[in-house]
Amino acid sequence: MSVMKRLSGILQAKANKALDRAENPADMLDLSYEKQVENLQKVRRAIADVATAKKRLELQATQLQAQAQKLQDQAKQALAQGNEDLAREALSRRATLADQLQGLGTQHQQVETQLQQLETTATRLQTQVDAFRTKKETLKASYTASKAQASIGEAVSGISESMSDAGMTLDRAQEKIAQMQARAGAVDELIDTGALPDVLGGGGDDIQKQLDAASQSGQVDAELAALKAQMGAGGGGLPAGGAAPEGGGDAGAGEGGAS
Amino acid sequence: MIVRILGEGRYEVPEGDLPAIEQLDATLVDAMERGDEAAFSGTLADLIGQVRHTGTLLPADDLRTSELAVPHEGSTLAEVRALLAEEG
Repeated sequence: MSVMKRLSGILQAKANKALDRAENPADMLDLSYEKQVENLQKVRRAIADVATAKKRLELQATQLQAQAQKLQDQAKQALAQGNEDLAREALSRRATLADQLQGLGTQHQQVETQLQQLETTATRLQTQVDAFRTKKETLKASYTASKAQASIGEAVSGISESMSDAGMTLDRAQEKIAQMQARAGAVDELIDTGALPDVLGGGGDDIQKQLDAASQSGQVDAELAALKAQMGAGGGGLPAGGAAPEGGGDAGAGEGGAS
Repeated sequence: MIVRILGEGRYEVPEGDLPAIEQLDATLVDAMERGDEAAFSGTLADLIGQVRHTGTLLPADDLRTSELAVPHEGSTLAEVRALLAEEG
């Protein structure tokens, strides 16, 4: 059966249910108006929540991007040190980050749509609430006439349907926010547990440790060689045995100086 | 006929343009029954596009009710199934 007809039926049912409590037309108008104002506030709160969630996603994306760049640099550094295994490890971690980033990108797009829908809802709701308030007073002033009773019914059903739509839009947004928060929490956890290196901390970054150790030992080798050469050239008491410096010492010193 | 796009607003669609919309609605039902997510989202986008294209957006202060409702833009199959499940 038609999705559009079924959905419309659900919308009307929700709208009617919301009006069940009112006993006379004047009460119905006031009750409906109160609900509208309340709903409008809920929509505005949801907009703030979605905006916060969006900021969090953006922050995480920036963080992950920085980490991906760092791993790329580390891979290069490892290759320069001739450590291909470490370079491979860095690149494979970078691939994991790329997956996460893609997921965040998709979510960001969804959040953007949510935000737009909620903002449209809020704007239209505000206009409707204003229109309804004016109409409500006119209708109340003349509601004893049977014709006016019918108009009240129409006006109330119309606004009530829009309220149900706003309610559904709100539910959907809240569900998305919950999903987003769960995902953001998972990414944070991934960063915390060291499955991904922490870009700020450095303490848990084992790739960096290996790189630093390699370049440090390269630097020590270079200094040792320089010292030996100096003492050999000075013609001192000590024999300059093994004056030939260890290979790769210069490159190591260069890398060490950059960190 | 007045058609509502959830989260967006109501459109007054000329009777002559309804068959095309109903056809897309039927394709949507078909995609749902087959559980075909890609066909579902593509058809939903087409359906929303068709309503926007052939219909005239009603001003917000028009308080008339709608007769047909289209799911939110970007809805997933699971979301629409959940919405429709509220029926019973």
